[in-house]
Amino acid sequence: MSSDFNVKRPGLELLSSQGLRLDGRRPNELRRIQCKLGVFTQPDGSAYIEQGNTKVLAAVYGPHQAAKSKSLQDSVVINCQYSMATFSTGERKKRPRGGRKSEAISMQLTQAITTAIKKELYPRSQIDVYLEVLQADGGAYSASVNAATLALIDAGIPMKAYLCSCTASIAWKDGKPEPLVDVSHVEESAGGSVLTVSSLPSINSVAWVDMSQRLHADYLSVVMKRAMQGCRDIEVILDKAVREHLGESWTMSDDAVAI
Amino acid sequence: MTSHVKIRLASERVNHSVPTNRELPRFYTPGEVVTGMEDFMRGHGTYASDDCLKASVAGVMQKVNKLICVRPLKNRYVGEIGDVVVGRVLEVQQRRWKVETNSRLDSVLQLSSVNLPGGELRRRSAEDEQMMRKHLQEGDLISAEVQSVFSDGSLSLHTRSLKYGKLSQGILMKVFPSLIKRRKNHFHNLPCGISVIIGNNGYIWISPPEQNNLVEEEKDEIVNVEVQCISRSDRETMARVRNCIAALVASKMLLDDTSIMFAYEESLKYDNVKELLDPEAMLDVAFLTQHRINNVLEE
Repeated sequence: MSSDFNVKRPGLELLSSQGLRLDGRRPNELRRIQCKLGVFTQPDGSAYIEQGNTKVLAAVYGPHQAAKSKSLQDSVVINCQYSMATFSTGERKKRPRGGRKSEAISMQLTQAITTAIKKELYPRSQIDVYLEVLQADGGAYSASVNAATLALIDAGIPMKAYLCSCTASIAWKDGKPEPLVDVSHVEESAGGSVLTVSSLPSINSVAWVDMSQRLHADYLSVVMKRAMQGCRDIEVILDKAVREHLGESWTMSDDAVAI
Repeated sequence: MTSHVKIRLASERVNHSVPTNRELPRFYTPGEVVTGMEDFMRGHGTYASDDCLKASVAGVMQKVNKLICVRPLKNRYVGEIGDVVVGRVLEVQQRRWKVETNSRLDSVLQLSSVNLPGGELRRRSAEDEQMMRKHLQEGDLISAEVQSVFSDGSLSLHTRSLKYGKLSQGILMKVFPSLIKRRKNHFHNLPCGISVIIGNNGYIWISPPEQNNLVEEEKDEIVNVEVQCISRSDRETMARVRNCIAALVASKMLLDDTSIMFAYEESLKYDNVKELLDPEAMLDVAFLTQHRINNVLEE
């Protein structure tokens, strides 16, 4: 049944005969992730992340007093602003900050981040998260979520767990489906549908899921599994970065020694 | 006009961390289990789930008897009664001012908790309410003390002492609050002739020495400190103090009068104040200061 559903099999040539992807990764390998916390001094928290060639900067301001119109009595208001630099993609293009696409992504980011933060701790406050994509090479949304997580941790904002995001797609190898993790721009545009998952891996909960096109239900579970595994792998990397950052910055505090 | 511009490669970035001989504490990160619940109390930076106590921020654990807290590296200022703060007036409202103090909600300064001319026991009349903007305007900087903390964490301030009140001429520096060392006194007249207010909220006010005490004499009117001319040497010293604090902050060293003074003395080998903005010079000053502090501690 599945074979006639996929008359045109997208992503047919995404895997080589050796089972390697276009950029030489194995299907279950992430791109190289490099990240840094505390890149700015002005905001309360900031972070920079590189996932392959996707580069994102994040800055967090707050919690601070919310504007009267927005303020909530029992929880914090999260305000996200996502924008892409003019030079972030192959074609140079002016992207207005309030554009429809970036507005939609801002909403999605707000939803994902809201699930991870312990909102009830800061009544009548507001947290602003600003994300700027410097280079988009696939998975800009995922990289933004990961950068936001790091920036929130840098700002000392209480979270339930690490919020990690990862994409996954599907390719065929010898007629069998093979899910791909952390999809790059080339793979994204070559066809197949891309599943984006934001999750809190350490408490096994999913914060947000999105699929770019139709995918046969039979394959959903494998692709989902791969994306979740990607999230877990990313969590390990983020955790290492946070610990490294703490180790570098924790030169002070005599009371920390007194414990 | 020519100016001196330095552009350096990212690879030549200076690592500001100053080596200390202390061992690093154990760090906890969000979602990590701190302890099995049993008989511990949940403090700041932790939450309970699945019968465990988990950390919600990245930092070190602090245990007081049965209370477990996780303290993050930096966060917003959490006020305590008696803290000295420096803040900026945001709004003039009915019988109170809204003050921004780097805490997560705006602080309040009640009209009844400022010193108005005419002694402590004067009644606040309707006229006083109308004169509020004459006393403190939007954008004014003040130093104050935390009088009480409301249930939602916002602060109520008071300036009922001559040392508190409006700040007129000087430099404001913002650092993160966990770098401020809690001390008995947060008002310091440094030996170099500069006075600093190290606010517990991470705002530091650097001002020239007071030339004459205007406050005492003009008690009958609302005090408006006149704008005075500050000599060039005083301004240079202030800039030097500011740059020294910036150097200490870049290396994440605790700030109090001793560390600032040590840094100031170490910085004197750089003749030109602006040389202190070089990352190498900043690291050098911070390193020498740490060295001196270690020496003092050993004695």
